[in-house]
Amino acid sequence: MNGVHDMGGLQDMGPIRRESDEPIFHAEWERRIFALFNAVDVEWPYRRHQIELIPPADYLRMTYYEKWLAALPQILLGTGMATAAEIESGNAIGGPSAGHHALTVAEVATWNVPDTSPKLTATAHFQAGQRVRARNMNPLGHTRLPRYVRGKIGTIARDSDVEAVQDSDTQGLAPKEQHVYSVRFAARELWGEQASPRDSVYVDMWEGYLESA
Amino acid sequence: MTTTRRDLLTVALTAAAGAAVARDGSGTQAADHDHEHDHQTVPSDLALRVKALESLMVAKGLVDPAALDALIDTYEHKIGPRRGAQVVARAWMDRNFKQRLLTDATTAIAELGYGGDTMIVVENTAAIHNLVVCTLCSCYPWATLGLPPVWYKSAAYRSRSVIDPRGVLREFGLSLGEHVEVRVWDSTADLRYLVLPERPAGTEHMTEEELAALVTRDAMVGVAKVAVPQSRVHA
Repeated sequence: MNGVHDMGGLQDMGPIRRESDEPIFHAEWERRIFALFNAVDVEWPYRRHQIELIPPADYLRMTYYEKWLAALPQILLGTGMATAAEIESGNAIGGPSAGHHALTVAEVATWNVPDTSPKLTATAHFQAGQRVRARNMNPLGHTRLPRYVRGKIGTIARDSDVEAVQDSDTQGLAPKEQHVYSVRFAARELWGEQASPRDSVYVDMWEGYLESA
Repeated sequence: MTTTRRDLLTVALTAAAGAAVARDGSGTQAADHDHEHDHQTVPSDLALRVKALESLMVAKGLVDPAALDALIDTYEHKIGPRRGAQVVARAWMDRNFKQRLLTDATTAIAELGYGGDTMIVVENTAAIHNLVVCTLCSCYPWATLGLPPVWYKSAAYRSRSVIDPRGVLREFGLSLGEHVEVRVWDSTADLRYLVLPERPAGTEHMTEEELAALVTRDAMVGVAKVAVPQSRVHA
């Protein structure tokens, strides 16, 4: 979806405001929504999409954790974890929700240790050094292809990983698990003559986002 | 995404907050939002809305309160940029580790016992400066740097880093010459980036631990260089 979340290249968002001695959380409610949003049993692309669906004016006004707070009820509704009546009342009218896993303390402890699970595999159709063009596609659902590279020509810099496609609309993006490449776009290809001739932007792109150029 | 759904959201959150007030009977809340960042108004009911959602999710069996506490403790107290700083210091001290880090960062970082993200490490030199951003959301190497600062997640940083990285760096106090090549890394997939900053001159005598103490989060995102306090420089 072409939404305000897809911000790369906008120029009117003001100065970058930094806070000295910034705490990890600014309020107790931020701690709690951080934990709830991380614990909920749903894939990250779905979570991200619910944030993207926040109306644009609200998205721009809200703080980071306010956006998480706005998205979480939508996740509960959209996955059937809770009903609208339950969210309206705050009461678990239908009793415990079946079929959803509650994250455990033991699982949290596994989040930040080296991952020993086997890596995904797929056939690579591009290789480093190859010229590619980012497809010009404008799906209505969730996508990880930013607008600012669509239709632009770049070079495969690195065959970086194999990952499952995260788009909601997978038409034209089969198979599900694909190579992800770091694609180098010259800054001038993206932004024209005002950009430095030396500079570049590297974007991680699933194979299905690319065509030979 | 429909208007109906958005209306429901508003109604639901307002009602849930009301329910929470009714349940604890106090109606009080912490006025604990006194920092400065990008918003004009702070809805007064945020804490209550979160509390209502948490109560509901616990009652529905969707979350375990102990796991929530563990998540908060992990990212508030256990994991932070010190991890990344150790990785950087090791790379400065050990040429072979640095080579492994630049080739397969995930595996090299695992040597220090750290993991959780698929990592790529990019090296800053006198000729190349790397900068990391996530234009679409807020992707950041949590497992190596902890949670990102507010500015990293801000619209200003996310939008301008790709179109005007040199301007962004100037805002951070870093002016790069035209001879330097700037590479911006937009974290659009599940790969997470760490910048290996340049080792500053005058640190040849330092131990790995002392070096790690110099490395800042900002240097590992690519918005700063690593500086050495004058008192630590040997002539």
